[in-house]
Amino acid sequence: MSAQNPAGPPPQETGGTAAAGDVAVAAGADPASEAHRRGGADAPAPQDFGHSESRGDARPASFARRVLTQPAAKLGLVLTGLVLLLAVLGPFVVPAWTGHGPNSFAGKPFQTGVFGTDNLGRDVLSRFLEGGWRLLLYSALATVVGVGIGAALGMLAAFRKGWLDALIMRGGDVLLAIPQLVFALLAVTVLGPQGWVLVLVIGITHAPRVARVIRSATSAVVAEDYVLASQMYAVPPWKILVRDVVPNVMGPLMVEVGLRLTYSIGAVASLSFLGLGMQPPTPDWGLMINENRIALALQPWGVLLPVIAIAVLTVGTNLIADAVAGASAGRVQTVKSKNSAAPAGTRGVRGTGQGSSPAGAGNPGGRGGDAGPQGAAGVVGRAEKNVEGQL
Amino acid sequence: MRRSEQKAREKARGTVVPRATVDTAITVSHLDVGVTGGGLILDDVSFRLRPGRILALVGESGSGKTTAALACMNHLRAGLELRGGTVELQEGASRFHRNAVDLLTLSERKMRRLRGGTIAYVPQDPALSLNGSLRVGEQIAEVLRAHEFGRNARERDLRVAEVLSEVGLPSDRAYQRRFPHQLSGGQQQRIGIAMAFACRPAVIILDEPTTGLDVATQDLVLKTIYQLTTKHDVAGLYITHDLAVVARIADDVAVMLHGAIVEDGPAEEVLRNPEHPYTRALLDAVPDMRGARDMGGGPAVSPEPGIRAPWDDGRSTASFASQEHTAPVAPSVVADDAAPHVDGAGAARSWGTSAEPGTPEPGTGGDQPPSTGAQGSTAAAAGTDAGGHGVEERPAPAVDGRAGTTAGDGPATGAATPGGNADGVVGSRGGNHPVVSVRGLRMAYGPAVILDGIDLDLAAGQTTMLLGESGSGKTTLSRIVAGLNAGYTGEVLLDGQVLAPSTRRRTTEQRRRIQYVFQSPFSSLNPRRTIGDSLQVPLQMTGGMNREQRRAAVADALDAVRLGRSYIDRRPGELSGGERQRAAVARALVNAPSVLVCDEITSALDVSVQASVIELLRELQHERGLAMLFVTHNIALARHISHKLAVLEKGKLVEYGPTDAVLRNPRHGYTRSLLRHVPTLEEAG
Amino acid sequence: MILKRLAVSVLVLLAVSLLVFVFTLLLPGDPAQAILGQQATPERLEALREQLQLNDPWYVRYFSWLGGLFTGDLGTSAATGGSVNALLASKVSASMVLMVIAAVIAIPVGLLLGTWSAMRRGRASDQVLTGFSLVLAALPEFVIGVVLTTLLSTTVFQLLPSVTMAAPGMQVWDYPLQLILPSLTLVLVVVPYMIRMTRTTMIDVLDSGYVEMARLKGLPERQVIFKHALPHAIGPVAQVVAMQLAWLAGGIVVVEFLFRYPGLGQAMVDAVNNRDVQVVQALSMIIAAFYVVVNLIADVIGILANPKLRTESRS
Repeated sequence: MSAQNPAGPPPQETGGTAAAGDVAVAAGADPASEAHRRGGADAPAPQDFGHSESRGDARPASFARRVLTQPAAKLGLVLTGLVLLLAVLGPFVVPAWTGHGPNSFAGKPFQTGVFGTDNLGRDVLSRFLEGGWRLLLYSALATVVGVGIGAALGMLAAFRKGWLDALIMRGGDVLLAIPQLVFALLAVTVLGPQGWVLVLVIGITHAPRVARVIRSATSAVVAEDYVLASQMYAVPPWKILVRDVVPNVMGPLMVEVGLRLTYSIGAVASLSFLGLGMQPPTPDWGLMINENRIALALQPWGVLLPVIAIAVLTVGTNLIADAVAGASAGRVQTVKSKNSAAPAGTRGVRGTGQGSSPAGAGNPGGRGGDAGPQGAAGVVGRAEKNVEGQL
Repeated sequence: MRRSEQKAREKARGTVVPRATVDTAITVSHLDVGVTGGGLILDDVSFRLRPGRILALVGESGSGKTTAALACMNHLRAGLELRGGTVELQEGASRFHRNAVDLLTLSERKMRRLRGGTIAYVPQDPALSLNGSLRVGEQIAEVLRAHEFGRNARERDLRVAEVLSEVGLPSDRAYQRRFPHQLSGGQQQRIGIAMAFACRPAVIILDEPTTGLDVATQDLVLKTIYQLTTKHDVAGLYITHDLAVVARIADDVAVMLHGAIVEDGPAEEVLRNPEHPYTRALLDAVPDMRGARDMGGGPAVSPEPGIRAPWDDGRSTASFASQEHTAPVAPSVVADDAAPHVDGAGAARSWGTSAEPGTPEPGTGGDQPPSTGAQGSTAAAAGTDAGGHGVEERPAPAVDGRAGTTAGDGPATGAATPGGNADGVVGSRGGNHPVVSVRGLRMAYGPAVILDGIDLDLAAGQTTMLLGESGSGKTTLSRIVAGLNAGYTGEVLLDGQVLAPSTRRRTTEQRRRIQYVFQSPFSSLNPRRTIGDSLQVPLQMTGGMNREQRRAAVADALDAVRLGRSYIDRRPGELSGGERQRAAVARALVNAPSVLVCDEITSALDVSVQASVIELLRELQHERGLAMLFVTHNIALARHISHKLAVLEKGKLVEYGPTDAVLRNPRHGYTRSLLRHVPTLEEAG
Repeated sequence: MILKRLAVSVLVLLAVSLLVFVFTLLLPGDPAQAILGQQATPERLEALREQLQLNDPWYVRYFSWLGGLFTGDLGTSAATGGSVNALLASKVSASMVLMVIAAVIAIPVGLLLGTWSAMRRGRASDQVLTGFSLVLAALPEFVIGVVLTTLLSTTVFQLLPSVTMAAPGMQVWDYPLQLILPSLTLVLVVVPYMIRMTRTTMIDVLDSGYVEMARLKGLPERQVIFKHALPHAIGPVAQVVAMQLAWLAGGIVVVEFLFRYPGLGQAMVDAVNNRDVQVVQALSMIIAAFYVVVNLIADVIGILANPKLRTESRS
């Protein structure tokens, strides 16, 4: 549902803050006149010792900025952008620039040239430039499907609780028991290696993993009093979900998008590599590795070009996911004023990285069902936060 | 006081370095600690710990008191760095270090020998600090082993048993073999204290050791600490934010603000004659049992009769009337009957002075010939009120409520009649109509009974305090009233009409009239929405207003809670705890409710902020004639806020009546125990 | 508590078997036709239908298949016509060898590096290790495998065989050198995760109140780590290990295919290519059972390592 917005920060972060600033300035004159009208008589002017009025930073840096302050995020963006550019622009330059079509005969098999020819004598560079966009498209679609279904089910489970929660989560457990690739192979066996099968099956195997994370994040949000307050005012459930829950699980959701994209790329490429994804003669990076690996010693480029591209791409997306996780868990160091530093130093330090984040966001190790220990850590973090709140 | 300040100044100049005398264990001088790459957390902190005496380090959260205490053990938490200063262990203070030494220069190995042995630490939260996978006996024994206490294992075993009985715990093997999760919170804390005292340390550092304990357990723990420190001549450093605790246990006080000590000296002097404005503010914020002092700028609602409080200068006729009729009320036999009288009078006084000092008070109250003492004074209250606030937007409920009290000399639990006080009917009704009544309420999850047989009335313009400890069911009860908790039996009535259990099934009008303020302002406002956005939700759901009207109403509400309309476009993250709580109160007010349910709304706030929120509530009630249910565990607030007091224990109302009557003549053992154990400032000296 | 956990495992496994079985129902058209192709004679089709019990209702087929699983009969391969048991017997042991080698190396390395990293948090060595594991964790198995092959077997150095030689009658471990690349690949696939997760777990534990308290009690650092910190990490770390072992079970498919290692993974890919549903089903069940058992063990370890859970389970 919210996965359509994989790159940008939650919209209310950027646009909303700017707008709020303007209005605040416009309304700025009011309090003074207001105080004047009241004559300051019943305003007791409590003595201000600084602590009560200035605990927060003036304005929290926007989410996007917090992500981007991390060098890992910049590097990740550059790497991902590089491969993205290559894969998207590649097809348009193929015959013109390289002189060969992706499937046309260019010479003897396994010739060494600039990048040489492949097992059937086709130009490696042409096939390489042509062979990226399908992988990217399928991975992106699988991510959208997986995060969409997973987030919807996770939120539903946490929101509705009870038997529906149990059903969704136990169903997820069953799906988790079969490794992603094995499940995909099972589907391919029956339905054949077609594009929609790949997208659907990889998406479906993502779903329970995403659902776990989003459920625990949503549970934390649903337990907050502002959701209870909305319920008290009889706000309809869908509106609570949209206005209270979704914005507050955006951090973990973004992390999941990044992670699942990384794993989708790996899974689609792996299936093609096994010969069970993209089918010949389609030019595709995974398939190229499969086709050319027998001649790795003789003509390594047919394998190495796609391997490097996939490596750079997955590393890039993973770096971004890690940076997003860091930002959403509040691990990112920003310039602190003395006032904000004081509480962080005395009691906040202990909880950094886990106390402040909805469960799981702190660590993008999210392969498999790792919501287990992370979920527990999240609960501990919450408990700590509550204890602090009592002080 | 003067002398100690002078001494501190001398220390600061470095002229008089306190000589290593037998009467000092640790001297902390000019300690500076900062966040790595950031600002200072401790700024030139100096204090002395003396054997047999307890120094209380007082400050609010984030003031650096824990950092200062841990620095005494040369322990800095991750992310902090030492910037300067010394922590000197004096000659002869330790068995391990005969010579004077600066702990901050000591090697980790040598420091380790001192930690736990010479300088011991009692943590704030035993649930987090005791190791859940080790038996409690072992956790005490390992300190002894690490510091080679005693000659052999047998002696150490004996010591474990001994120290357990010293802190008042069973010392048998079976108890020692328990895991922390098998003990109660109070027992866990006493294990922590036993661990600290096991090696007979020279210095003990206690970091808010009674946080989260009920008052009776707190009392016991404080007693234990006091006895052990004095008996064994241990130098104590007690960290707390609670000045009442200071009064009970400390010999000396140092007040911290933003990492600096702003005032120090003997406890008695500092508490009696605070010099620094911050100390005074802290003291003003402490509620007291007798309601004798002002709290947060306003006098108590139900002060102990006969006490002539500082504000009570006979300035207004209302207070004159109340003075006249206060005396005969004292006998507890007539407590019930006298209640409305005292309440009304107290309320009138408080309102008369706090609301609009600039406006001349009309003297109607005093002119009315009182038929009985009680009625007269209350009538005075009503009159004053009506006169003083006729210009107010919504005078109706206020007057009506108080008029109801006037005539209602009978017990407050009178039968409810439908249609009690509709808006706009000015003072025409005679009967005592509670706005909200709770009848025969019972709530149980399976065999676990949360609430049983609750009858409660909330009258307009009056506050009922619901007092109880965690697990007593007080939050459940307040949420049932607000419609947040279904699944009970019994009835909740609003103006005599039975309410549906869940807010969703209540009518819009019913939802509008009862509003609820949540305990933690850190949780009750959506961090991703602006204050204005969150606050307009009640209006939006009530309907009948367009966007501009809603925004205007929200802005008015923000003004009403003295926050100012400039906050309308801010987000909760930019607000302090106190500001957030005001915003949360404003959300409850936008809809002009008749009943306000406040669930421990001050417990998550710092002391001084608590006081201002309490004051806000009193003013709002005065302005709008709200019926209020104020849920708390802090009995000391009773006289400051409540007209009536209901004490809840294990789901049953064990005490219910006018605040003064209950406090003077508690019928139930639980209330008496609360009253006996609650620490007060008056204990100083 | 442990018994309850055991029951859950059995239920999950049953549900998995149902899920795996449902896939056969999704086979489009006539499965027998699909398997045998257009040229198949009616007699052969009928024989295959009989063999696959296609003439029975689906639940009869499910229960007979399930009964077979319980008795250790994995069915008949449609492609070869032989017993699935016989087909997989040698492959299971070959794969087990690979898994055990990888696990024996990866678990201690991952846990030690993770703990070490946590204890040196924020220092250069920790940051290097964290960054390195982040990069490595992103890479799919075949990328790691290909890079290792390029480095150690073909282009740069030519030290190790890049494919497995498995003459009939020969066991994979008769020629140990050929095990190095596949197991090294598997190790590199799981170790980064173990490092990262162990690090997170240990940091949580080291930051806890009880560890701070142990230090403030003046206990020697060794005692703080081994007596106070580590016991709390056992449960979560067991989860991490279980997760990665389960991941190995999936990753082994790609690695075996890459190195032509005659194990379960290779058999799986072959079976998929042949659309040999019975074999794919059997393999899926074996791998799922492995996952469930490993997770069960991790949970039991977690329960036993936690006195609170342990005492609750007793009462």
